[in-house]
Amino acid sequence: MLHIVNKSPLGHAALDSCLRVAQGGDLLLIEDAVYAASAGTLFEPLMKDALKRFKVYALQPDLEARGVAAHLIEGIAVVDYGGFVDLVTQNKTCQSWL
Amino acid sequence: MSEESSIKKFMFVNRKPPHGTIYALESLEVVLITAAFDQDVSLVFLDDGVFQLRKGQQTKGIETKNFSPTYRALDGYDIEKLYVEKESLDARGLTEDDLLVDVMVLDRKALGALMDEQDVVLSF
Repeated sequence: MLHIVNKSPLGHAALDSCLRVAQGGDLLLIEDAVYAASAGTLFEPLMKDALKRFKVYALQPDLEARGVAAHLIEGIAVVDYGGFVDLVTQNKTCQSWL
Repeated sequence: MSEESSIKKFMFVNRKPPHGTIYALESLEVVLITAAFDQDVSLVFLDDGVFQLRKGQQTKGIETKNFSPTYRALDGYDIEKLYVEKESLDARGLTEDDLLVDVMVLDRKALGALMDEQDVVLSF
């Protein structure tokens, strides 16, 4: 299934909750959650751990807006809005961790 | 009342990242209004608020206003007291070089002391 997170990992527990509960599948980081894809933060070890269980994607326009497009953790795939739609249609179910 | 005594110390505390919510932009709007009244204005960036000052923000793709260049214009409004909490930068793997503007980096203790000195504190 697809898990979507839109909150910063250092300001909210949404991504923590997602990673605690979800067993695997696709994980899409959008809006302020794209900071979790950024290399060098305190959250990086947890994200690297998540990459063992999830295919992780980050939304390109949100990365660019926040100036973090060039500093991503290795293994995270970048998608555009079309890729977002593909992920939604490819997965049977979708949970947004608002 | 003398003119001197009508100047108050205003601190704006910015703790949210830009773009995901309207807080950062709204704070900036109020900061500029306050500056027009010749007050003693300090801006503080801590927690995810430090991301507001990050270089290289390009909002074309999300079709919103890119207000990040405005931080560089604050100098022109005589707003020169920009403080960033060191611990917040460290937690996000950032250094002063990653920021759009010159700031004063303070540790949390110094920042707390500065907060205590204010007449007005506005939270965003």
